[in-house]
Amino acid sequence: MSLEFLVASGIGVVTATGIYLILRGRTWPVVLGLSLLGYAVNVFIFAMGRLWQDAAPILSATGRVADPLPQALVLTAIVIGFATTGFVVELALRSRHESGSDHVDGHEPGHRTGKTRDDAA
Amino acid sequence: MSEFLNAIFSTHLPVLPVLLPLFTAAALLLMGDEGGEANHGSKLLQRRRLLSMASVLLGAVLAGRLMAEAAVGTLTVYPLGGWPAPFGIVLVIDRLSAMMLALTWTIAVPVLWYAAGGWDARGRHFHTMFHFLLMGVSGAFVTGDLFNLFVFFEVLLLASYVLLVHGQGRERFKAGVHYVVLNLVASALFLVGLAIVYGVTGTLNMADLALRVGQLGPQEAALFKAGAMVMLVVFGLKAAIVPLYLWLPGAYAAATAPVAAMFAIMTKVGVYSIIRVHAVILGDGAGHAALAAEPWLLPVGLVTVVMGVLGALAAHSLARLVSYLTVASVGTIVAGIGLFTPAALSAALYYMMHSTLVVAALFLLVELVASQRGAAGDRLQPAAPVAQPVLLGIMTLLGSASVAGLPPLPGFLGKLMILESAALTPAHVGVWSVVLVTSVLTMVGLARAGAILFWNVLPAGGQPVHGGTSARLTLATLGLLSLSLVLAVAASPLKRYTDAAAAQLADRAAYAKAVLGPVGGAAAQTTRPYRAGEGEVILPAKGDTP
Repeated sequence: MSLEFLVASGIGVVTATGIYLILRGRTWPVVLGLSLLGYAVNVFIFAMGRLWQDAAPILSATGRVADPLPQALVLTAIVIGFATTGFVVELALRSRHESGSDHVDGHEPGHRTGKTRDDAA
Repeated sequence: MSEFLNAIFSTHLPVLPVLLPLFTAAALLLMGDEGGEANHGSKLLQRRRLLSMASVLLGAVLAGRLMAEAAVGTLTVYPLGGWPAPFGIVLVIDRLSAMMLALTWTIAVPVLWYAAGGWDARGRHFHTMFHFLLMGVSGAFVTGDLFNLFVFFEVLLLASYVLLVHGQGRERFKAGVHYVVLNLVASALFLVGLAIVYGVTGTLNMADLALRVGQLGPQEAALFKAGAMVMLVVFGLKAAIVPLYLWLPGAYAAATAPVAAMFAIMTKVGVYSIIRVHAVILGDGAGHAALAAEPWLLPVGLVTVVMGVLGALAAHSLARLVSYLTVASVGTIVAGIGLFTPAALSAALYYMMHSTLVVAALFLLVELVASQRGAAGDRLQPAAPVAQPVLLGIMTLLGSASVAGLPPLPGFLGKLMILESAALTPAHVGVWSVVLVTSVLTMVGLARAGAILFWNVLPAGGQPVHGGTSARLTLATLGLLSLSLVLAVAASPLKRYTDAAAAQLADRAAYAKAVLGPVGGAAAQTTRPYRAGEGEVILPAKGDTP
């Protein structure tokens, strides 16, 4: 099996898992799905610089050179992904606190509105 | 000192619309925001408002100056860190960028003034997030690099996530979760599109891309088109076109009035990106990949108009009605872009200025009206009469007539220009019938809303409610509304400007020369250190050094 096949199928499996989780109804699986999708996309960007063996991303007069730019892009994407994941976790917790339900619609399926802490008090 | 300031102003002007909100936001963050009760009548709140207002006013001056410079046809290229394109990131200010900047700050000033009338104290860090949003929006408009566009998208989105839930409440968090998850998925898709485009061409600089895409073979061009279409999905989600507009009414109706008004510019960031990528980079000169979005944009735009207007007809609250009108106006703009002629693009740009201003004004107006209707709020059902029926009625009439496109208001002029530019194209039947029929339907929807709000009132039981309205809020809304009237008065010079902007966008050679001049302009060789697929280093031949 070639390296290309391994990377491509790996990206495919992680993306599929991520999409499945994003389509779930609870916020926690959705957050996990977003993270997985982010990982798959990061590897995809990395692979777009082509897959190299024995090549450094440093320009030299002789020898093979891996493309350094996708590696720089992926670093940026990782940092942004980390920040947004942190935010969405906090938002999901806050939404759970506010609506009393961890469903993405803010209420349990079948109920028009969920029970809130205020109602219970 | 003044020389130093002058040097900054003249040399670094293109980057100031990004840096000014960044530093303002940082300063506001350091000043702190206790929120809640601590805010009432606090000196700190007054200082925050003062700094914030001073900053947007300065920003408006900068944007005005940039637009004046761009109006004479100057393409300002600002290499960040002194690295020439395509190796470094450049900011490019052409007529379109300058116009979008001016539009952003034109909305920001009255909206911030409105927000300083009370909304900014009902939560923490409103001003900080407002300036981060301005930074992201301006950055997206001035950058000349696609990856940088992605980064500024993230900046403006993160700020918008926080602003959307400003004021708290269950409804806002529910809309917030949907909005954030959708936009995070879109960001992932954006990266996929960017990666494909980079993988095929080896560059993400917009000027360089426009050159490279013309040299691609049929197979590579197909891959490039795939990447560009993935990006169209992302931009379409931001711009809210069919079938990706479903998030917008819920989110905008749940947001506080000043936030929703400021969000009116955010859909235009998506539209702007569509113009940059699909009408310019993938324009006529793009070889095998040319006009990849042509079969899609026009039909999608027209269907968006229809869906938006139907939504407006069915809306049960005033905020949702205005949200759906936002969708319809974006559809009209995208249809104009989808005609792919300079005349239609120019008309779409004029219509974009108008619709952004008037939609922002309407969002503010919704809250003014709702605050005087007691418990009924902005729901479209008979309620007690408002306290200022004449003033609010005239404002509603003005905004509605402009959005529906009645002469002599700018909405009419914009739609007329789009119809005129479509007259000579094969698509004129579809464009004419959709735009005209939906205009009538918009009028019906707004007439229904207006009749319920101002005429179909319950007998007044006691004093009308004055709560929530102040002279400042009314003046800010009135200011934004009258700005949209200025568009009608100044229609001739503005149309000349958008005509020139469309012509400038079509001139790919001049753009490449301005941006890539230091590395040889259109004659520049590949920037990759190796041949695609091989890995052998190609060093530039002697004498090739720029």
